[in-house]
Amino acid sequence: MNSLLNQAFQNAKKENRPALLTYTVAGDNTKKKSLEILKSISNYADICELGFPHNTPIADGGQIQTSAYRAIKNGIKINDVFSIAKDFKKFKKSKPIILMGYYNMIFQFDENKFLDKCKNAKVDGLIVVDLPYPENRKFASKCKKRGINFIQLVSPTTSSTRLKRIIKDSHDMIYYISMLSTTGGKLKVSPKKILKEYKKIKNQNKSKNVVIGFGITKKTIKSLKKADGLVVGSAICKEITNSIKKRQNTVINVINVVRKLRNEIK
Amino acid sequence: MRLKRGIPLIDQHDQQGFWGGKFGGSFIPETLKKPVEDLTNQFKKLRKNKKFLKKRDFYFKNYVGSPTSFIKLENLTNHLGGAQIWAKVVSEANGGAHKIYNATVHALICKTMGKKYIIGDTGAGYAGKMLSMAAKKFGLKCKIFMGAKDIKRQKPNCDAMRKNGAEIVPVYSGSQTLVDAVSECMRYWVSNCNNTHMCVGSTVGPNIFVKICGWSTAQISRELKLQLKSQFKKIPKKIKLINCVGGGSSAYGFWSEFIDYKKSQIELIGVEAGGPKNSKLHAAPLSRNAKIGILHGAASYLCQNNEGQINDTESISAGLDYPGVSPIHCFLKDSKRARYTYATDEEALNAHVMVTKYENLNPSLEPSHAFAEAIKIAPKLSKDTIIIVNSCGDAKKDRDILKERLGKRK
Repeated sequence: MNSLLNQAFQNAKKENRPALLTYTVAGDNTKKKSLEILKSISNYADICELGFPHNTPIADGGQIQTSAYRAIKNGIKINDVFSIAKDFKKFKKSKPIILMGYYNMIFQFDENKFLDKCKNAKVDGLIVVDLPYPENRKFASKCKKRGINFIQLVSPTTSSTRLKRIIKDSHDMIYYISMLSTTGGKLKVSPKKILKEYKKIKNQNKSKNVVIGFGITKKTIKSLKKADGLVVGSAICKEITNSIKKRQNTVINVINVVRKLRNEIK
Repeated sequence: MRLKRGIPLIDQHDQQGFWGGKFGGSFIPETLKKPVEDLTNQFKKLRKNKKFLKKRDFYFKNYVGSPTSFIKLENLTNHLGGAQIWAKVVSEANGGAHKIYNATVHALICKTMGKKYIIGDTGAGYAGKMLSMAAKKFGLKCKIFMGAKDIKRQKPNCDAMRKNGAEIVPVYSGSQTLVDAVSECMRYWVSNCNNTHMCVGSTVGPNIFVKICGWSTAQISRELKLQLKSQFKKIPKKIKLINCVGGGSSAYGFWSEFIDYKKSQIELIGVEAGGPKNSKLHAAPLSRNAKIGILHGAASYLCQNNEGQINDTESISAGLDYPGVSPIHCFLKDSKRARYTYATDEEALNAHVMVTKYENLNPSLEPSHAFAEAIKIAPKLSKDTIIIVNSCGDAKKDRDILKERLGKRK
């Protein structure tokens, strides 16, 4: 069966553009608001990533940390994240959603229970930041059994032998980290170089959908439009922070950002 | 869960890096896989390299100032009655604490790997101070990540770091203590791992950092073993080795040579930070039965809530104020080789007062936790029992806290 993730990439390809992936933190800044944001950006995004807020995120930069702390402060729990995802999927059945988080939350919740919850909410994919290959093989196969895509990460430091193995064991989608950075860093590598690395991954297996993330903003997104998909996270979290500061409507402001991103790559 | 004999504890992990099948590991983002692997391979080679070992020993002797002394605390022993109380005065080491061993080794590794920048985390400021010293000594550029709360409460060490030319990066996120400093330091490493070496300040973090740190501080027990033999002709029959445990680097270093001995001959006692007497917060995951969780790349007993969020901790001692603990101490706990308990802020302060009153010794708030346990148990023990406390840090850095809590004494 063709997964919703695959379909989303195919649809974008038909329109001759990369898929747009957005990342927001569940419960930022409230449970209700984050569902509203998710629903409204899904008009422009092809795939929605939803993050579990964690209070010691070792790979996230300031913007996503701020969003996560805000969500935790507002009392968001793991079960709330599932219910946001579930409500979203009820609203838009065909829009793929990827949950993203750190392993300790899954470990405390219990791997199997966590995955059953994902399945129940119709979650399409999972990214676990601090569970690298090959340690994630068992977990990834548990995901597969439940029809959930486990998304492997690849970075500029990934060696070519390692890359081969990761791709061999990967599911439908691979996430390429554009540069040595936490999320939300300034793009410090030239798009040309990033795309060169991207092609190396792509050449291993053309059927895998490879997305690029980290450092992607309205300014940089166009330069990478040759990729299968592009992920924007911190720029959206930043907009939420600014809107709250200015007491403006977060939902409207965030839609505007996402619409502009989409316009850049059409 | 069982320990193996004749193999250093730091090497008793499985292929995935777990001690006892479940503690430790390397839960790291993909970007760090390569630098961690490089470091692992490098360390594997270096620890067998005679030239490197010679270099290490040279700097331990001539730069750190090994061996540190092993002395009997006669007055304290007489005052308490019961067991003899001895101290391994590790605070005599250059810089004033055991952190110099790990810092020196990391600086040497960094040099060997051809990296020009070195970064590290610090709580009490000792790990940072020592790393800044070692960086200066070996011509490396140094950045130290430190919680804003700790920068305020451990000013003397911050002054020292700046004097050594290190940049202190204040961390304002979360509780603004050690846990946040380590997170921020790891984030910085993720972004700069191509030219920067990371030193984790204790036996915590991804597997390789636990090993390097433990390998470095093990110097303490190598010295102690010789000192025991020369003092008592042979290793005495009843010994208790008491050490404070935050991350657990000094405790591992103090114990490593003695882990193979029977518990009935050499008991290992770790003392965690119990926090203020009437507070629910503490930094004692081992002795207050925390659940296993993952923090900073390793699985260990961890102060956390049932959602997997890391709990705030509280302790008068910045060096022990950490929600996790070394996986090797979790292993020692579950294999029942070591016993873990805690001392409250007040007990540690009282111990500091008592030790400084009777002895010419000035233990910082961290080892004062260990002294609190020694003071508690010594009167109940026989005169032929040898209690040895690792006085692993000097209280100069605690000047401001002691003044505030004890008045103008110091």
